[in-house]
Amino acid sequence: MNAAPSPSGSTRRIPFERLPVRRIILVALSLAIIYGVVAGSAATLRLGQFTGANWRQLVINGVARGSVYALIAIGYTLVYGVLFMINFAHGEVFTSGTYAAYFVAVGFAGSGFLNTHPLVSIAILLVISMTVSMVVAIVLERLAYRPLRGAPRLVPLITAIGASLFLQYTMRGLFGANVRSYPEIDVLQGTWNIFGTEILRKQAIVIVSALVLWIVLYLVVAKTRTGRSMRAVGEDREIAALMGIDVDRTIVATFAIGGALAGAAGILFVFVFNQVIFIMGFLPGLKAFTAAVLGGIGSISGAAVGGLVLGILEAVGPNLFLTGAAVPSPNQLQPVVAFGILVLVLIFLPGGFFGAAGDERA
Amino acid sequence: MKRSRTGKLLLVVAAFAMIAAACGGGSTATPDKCTSDPFGCVEVKAGTPITVGTLLVISGPNAALGQDSQNGVVLAADYLDGTFDAKSGQIDGHDISFDNQDDGCSAEGGQTGAQALASNPDVVGVIGTSCSSAAQGVADKILSDKGIVLISPSNTGPALTSPSQHQPFYLRTAHNDKLQGAAVADFAYNELGARTAATIHDGSPYADGLQQVFADTFQQLGGTITAQEAIQVGETDFTSVLTSIGTSTPDVLYYPIFAAEGALITQQARQTAGLENATLIGSDGMTSTDFLNAAGSAADGMYLSGPDLTAFGGDQSFYTNDFLPAYRAQFGADPAAVFHAHAYDATNMLFAAIKEVAIDSKGDPATDSSGTIFVPRTALKDALFATSNFPGITGNLTCNADGDCQTTATIAMVQVENGAMTAPVWSKQMTLGN
Repeated sequence: MNAAPSPSGSTRRIPFERLPVRRIILVALSLAIIYGVVAGSAATLRLGQFTGANWRQLVINGVARGSVYALIAIGYTLVYGVLFMINFAHGEVFTSGTYAAYFVAVGFAGSGFLNTHPLVSIAILLVISMTVSMVVAIVLERLAYRPLRGAPRLVPLITAIGASLFLQYTMRGLFGANVRSYPEIDVLQGTWNIFGTEILRKQAIVIVSALVLWIVLYLVVAKTRTGRSMRAVGEDREIAALMGIDVDRTIVATFAIGGALAGAAGILFVFVFNQVIFIMGFLPGLKAFTAAVLGGIGSISGAAVGGLVLGILEAVGPNLFLTGAAVPSPNQLQPVVAFGILVLVLIFLPGGFFGAAGDERA
Repeated sequence: MKRSRTGKLLLVVAAFAMIAAACGGGSTATPDKCTSDPFGCVEVKAGTPITVGTLLVISGPNAALGQDSQNGVVLAADYLDGTFDAKSGQIDGHDISFDNQDDGCSAEGGQTGAQALASNPDVVGVIGTSCSSAAQGVADKILSDKGIVLISPSNTGPALTSPSQHQPFYLRTAHNDKLQGAAVADFAYNELGARTAATIHDGSPYADGLQQVFADTFQQLGGTITAQEAIQVGETDFTSVLTSIGTSTPDVLYYPIFAAEGALITQQARQTAGLENATLIGSDGMTSTDFLNAAGSAADGMYLSGPDLTAFGGDQSFYTNDFLPAYRAQFGADPAAVFHAHAYDATNMLFAAIKEVAIDSKGDPATDSSGTIFVPRTALKDALFATSNFPGITGNLTCNADGDCQTTATIAMVQVENGAMTAPVWSKQMTLGN
């Protein structure tokens, strides 16, 4: 994973050359997938069922959902980059902030404040969600992960899964198992016409917010003292400590930033989907983890690109690849399409899109 | 604490003697009907309650559905003594107690819950499941193998009572979806004048069966099905599937699924090109307050199908004047779904059958003064399948050999207006043909 930088590709080729049979199978599998994708897409386009406007809409939908994946994925990737552990409870960090903001939003909606002061309300909801998620992430680190820092890598992984279930069912106990509807904010309804394409306002806001948050985060990691400490700790924890970096503080900062982004992602998520339920973090968490791996876990740019690619694949893939192939109910196979492509990418780029680029590893 | 050796020996001998007495006593007191019944009897000792199992969805996003049915079961036990007084009535001098299990609205939940009930030897019969997926091939099989009757108040999947798949101890008081799917198609084609329709299901036997009956009937009537799509439970973004369906601009979009995904599809369909003017129709899996809350204003104008409560053939004045006030008083809310009525009838059918077949230790019909009573399992099942013209609040129930006790049903369409369901805007009586 973090081998010394080497000429591109050479480290990857060695295992293939040792095992020609495996290589043949992998190449055949890849060719089959590529053939399926190309033939299916060609057949779909020849069918002419979808108009250009349909495709644009599908891509926008994909970018919107991909943006949410990307924000959550950054939380996975930051923690991995610094600690080399996968924080499986990150999906629940996302849920906790969203739930906290839900109760405030219901209060605002009840008093009418939500629609008389929409921007102030959104800002307050965002701050509450980010704060709660951040606190949950920090507490999680302090209680569940720090005591196990010296343990073998599998141990914190198992704790993380335990923490994930613990948080999920705590929220279920506290808030019940019902689906709750987030109050609608009038200014977010309707569409904007951008470059001749109608875009749902909520989707536009999600895409722009995700972009802004990503840029801010990038600057934090690249330019600030905390960011430099994070990269140093990720590079080598002991040497960083010897250089005078407070490792514990840096790790807490990492969890805090990841948690805050998850909280922001939660608010963007409910703008689009209008629902909260205790289990809501599970699937997006899983998808975001996939996005982080696809982009190259440990890389911030990778998380962003991975999220977008996964989102677009999910939105466009089944309709594009399978409709023409006369597959019944193509959208039921959405995960098959998305994860099939994921396997394909990982065969050729085992480290993901940005896996080998050391400069962006937090 | 020291005891002599003879003392210990005496204790052991005494213990053996007691066990022998217990066994001997049990075997001599067991009526012949129990030894001849392949599944034996449930023995309810003097002074202990009769245990009725429930296997309903009481957690998760569909909890409102199962809770509503469970309330119907509780009220049936309450009314055994002829009054709603929040206390269970009695059968042959025995109170009723419940073993409540969760069907989880899934095959896994049905498996776990049915096994828990099957391992409880006191369970006389089970009211459940809520969701067809929890019953089909899971709970119906597990309980039938043990000779425990399972009466569902809300399973509507057609396969459950198809002769090839029907399990011998399974019955239902809910209508078969052959009736509902056909009624919705009739409504869409003849009442709305729709000529094209698309359907979405979530892979559950309930939704898949219902949309298939709808699609078949709609095509028989002369309409065109433009798409039959499916979604994944737990997903939140259905824009891709809706965009695909929207390309054929169907007049009607029918998605008989459950509250969480149903609400999201309702919201997202309103924003999808090609579906802006489509009439949205859901079914009884979404006829719950959870759905209305989650869908918000997007649900306004859509139709939901379900059994028609106002057209119940049964005693209407009893339902509105006695049953509903008792429901509100005991559970603090209006019914969240429609299946409490079916659950109430199912439970009463079970009670009537228990009264009919219960015997005392001599093999005579049990009475209030019998003390210990025995309920032969196969005889109980036979009594239930022989149910004929049983007066329920959903109409007169007659069970057929495949376990369908609601062979005719009035299916109604309600419309959503300002976040609430209207009175039925259309209804039709449907009869199960073979």
